[in-house]
Amino acid sequence: MAEIVIKNVAKSFGSFKALHSIDLTISDQEFMVLLGASGCGKTTLLRIVAGLETPTQGEVWIGGRRVDHLPPRERGIAMVFQNYAVFPHLTVFENIAFGLRMKKLPQAEIDGRVTRTAELMHIEQLLKRYSGQLSGGQRQRVAVARALAMEPDVILMDEPLSNLDALLRLEMRAELKGVLAASKTTTIYVTHDQVEAMSLADRISVMNQGRIVQAATPVEVYRNPAARFVGSFIGNPPMNFIPATREGEGRWNVAGITVEGPDAGRERLDFAIRPEDVDIAPGGLKATARVVEPLGAHTLVTTEVNGAMFRAVLDSDIRVSPGDELSLVPKPDRVRWFDPETTAAV
Amino acid sequence: MTPRFLPYALLLPATLFLLVFFLYPFVQIAVLAFSGPEGFTLQHVQTMTSHWKFGTALTNTIVLAAIVVPIQLVMALSMASIVTKLKTGRSAILYIFTIPLGLSDLAAGIIWLAIFEQSGFLNSVLYGLGIIEQPILFLGYQNIWVIFLAVILAEVWRATAIVMVILVSGMGLIPREYYEAAEVFGASPWKRFVKITLPMLRPSLQSALILRTLAAFEVFAVVVALGGTTLPVLMGETFQWQFALQDRNVASAYALVILAISIASTLFFLRVLRVPKEARI
Ligand SMILES: Nc1ncnc2c1ncn2[C@@H]1O[C@H](COP(=O)(O)OP(=O)(O)O)[C@@H](O)[C@H]1O
Ligand SMILES: [Mg+2]
Repeated sequence: MAEIVIKNVAKSFGSFKALHSIDLTISDQEFMVLLGASGCGKTTLLRIVAGLETPTQGEVWIGGRRVDHLPPRERGIAMVFQNYAVFPHLTVFENIAFGLRMKKLPQAEIDGRVTRTAELMHIEQLLKRYSGQLSGGQRQRVAVARALAMEPDVILMDEPLSNLDALLRLEMRAELKGVLAASKTTTIYVTHDQVEAMSLADRISVMNQGRIVQAATPVEVYRNPAARFVGSFIGNPPMNFIPATREGEGRWNVAGITVEGPDAGRERLDFAIRPEDVDIAPGGLKATARVVEPLGAHTLVTTEVNGAMFRAVLDSDIRVSPGDELSLVPKPDRVRWFDPETTAAV
Repeated sequence: MTPRFLPYALLLPATLFLLVFFLYPFVQIAVLAFSGPEGFTLQHVQTMTSHWKFGTALTNTIVLAAIVVPIQLVMALSMASIVTKLKTGRSAILYIFTIPLGLSDLAAGIIWLAIFEQSGFLNSVLYGLGIIEQPILFLGYQNIWVIFLAVILAEVWRATAIVMVILVSGMGLIPREYYEAAEVFGASPWKRFVKITLPMLRPSLQSALILRTLAAFEVFAVVVALGGTTLPVLMGETFQWQFALQDRNVASAYALVILAISIASTLFFLRVLRVPKEARI
């Protein structure tokens, strides 16, 4: 049982605030992904949980134990580093065995665990090699095997796939998901790749400039962004936003058409819709097609609505050419609204 | 000229310089050591080995190196580990530690002589504190071990910094991520030193040890300053035969002995601290 509780954690480097008061609970055996653009503080937060960085304030609890004053080795964690950190002077076997030797496990136990995890990661034929004789993908597997061999309560991973080429990344992603689900550890996984986050996570914490903006399931984060930032960060292409003005009770004027919305007692809101949630039908948003990109199953059409960019993902059967005038009707149940001042969802 | 040969062409002057100023005198010394009026002879080597001071000089030199170098290694490793962890004031500390490097070995010997001699600093302090009634002759031939100790002190004081500087730069080359990985996987600070620092420091340890050991075999000025000829060492004997006894042949034989133990120790360190190609960073 290893629930991770992060309470009011903040971190400053000099006068720079890398993390502002983070609160996050990760349940036992949950796969939590920290997702955000480069520099938003993901690594810093992960390193605070690992004990490689001390928080300026706040508490970290793992499995009901307060750990923020303990060294990493007393926290019951294992970690996969971004550059793998596979020790170059040790063989693959000794790399995987490193933590087990530090724990002074009996040799038979070490042999057993190294063999098991090496087989799990398909590197059993590499055990005698050195890191210098391995490819990036193989090194990555060693790093994961080294973490799994510890049978830790918690595994922390910092962009473990970011140094692999695209195809390998896809393969490792699926494999990691299977292996980690079977290992029953609690996982915190850092990435800036939203597809990776979506495919792996039980829950995603979307981070922005040292804050967690939303922590929810991948579908929730995608469908119901808690803030405008989440909608514009997640999804490729991202959400469309159009400023709307109040017309009356629950009715809003969005670029000339009337859309039903909340009655929040405000005069202005931001209307938001995902590019795939519009249909071509009469009475919709007037859009001028600018760029048409056929993507196989769908066609991405970049249009102009009221002078601002608006993207639509349409069925590839629909014939559109640049310059065409389109009428795009938003699917009513997919429309979202954001407060233009706080940027929070309404 | 094709780019392939350019590096060799650039190295040529230095190589020639080495050949002319190292290999040539070396050959000359070898010739001197082994030739007499009738061509090849072991006469000079026999003169050297049968002289009563030879065994003592050889033993003293090796024992001195065997004591001084490990002490310097341990001290330099500890100092380098501490200096590497410093966040501020690192260069200031490095400068202070390296001050003795700016002194010649003779100057260092004289400084320590000023401490140990009969009217020296140590005697004044002991006398001033009332611990002794009258100055003690520390560096006399009756207590050769004091001379020995003084030489060790002077050598450690003088030349530990060079080892430290090499190790500090070597430690700087070890990526921090390895330490963090070791830390996460359960290594205490001592274990990290043994399991990460030492093995990954092998190339620097090798350079430092070879440099220091060779220099230790050539110890001379410090010994002369502190002990005159009371404590014979190989280099001192070479000097004696060359200039006092005016026998260049035996002096050359001595020089060859120093060269031989230097090569042997170099090969030893190259072998013991070798990093297999596949295990390099
Ligand atoms: N040791 C450090 N000293 C100073 N600033 C740091 C340090 N580590 C991280 N930062 C800063 O903190 C911010 C967050 O960094 P990081 O957590 O590495 O971001 P991410 O992993 O999300 O890309 C960045 O702006 C980075 O420059
Ligand atoms: Mg990072």
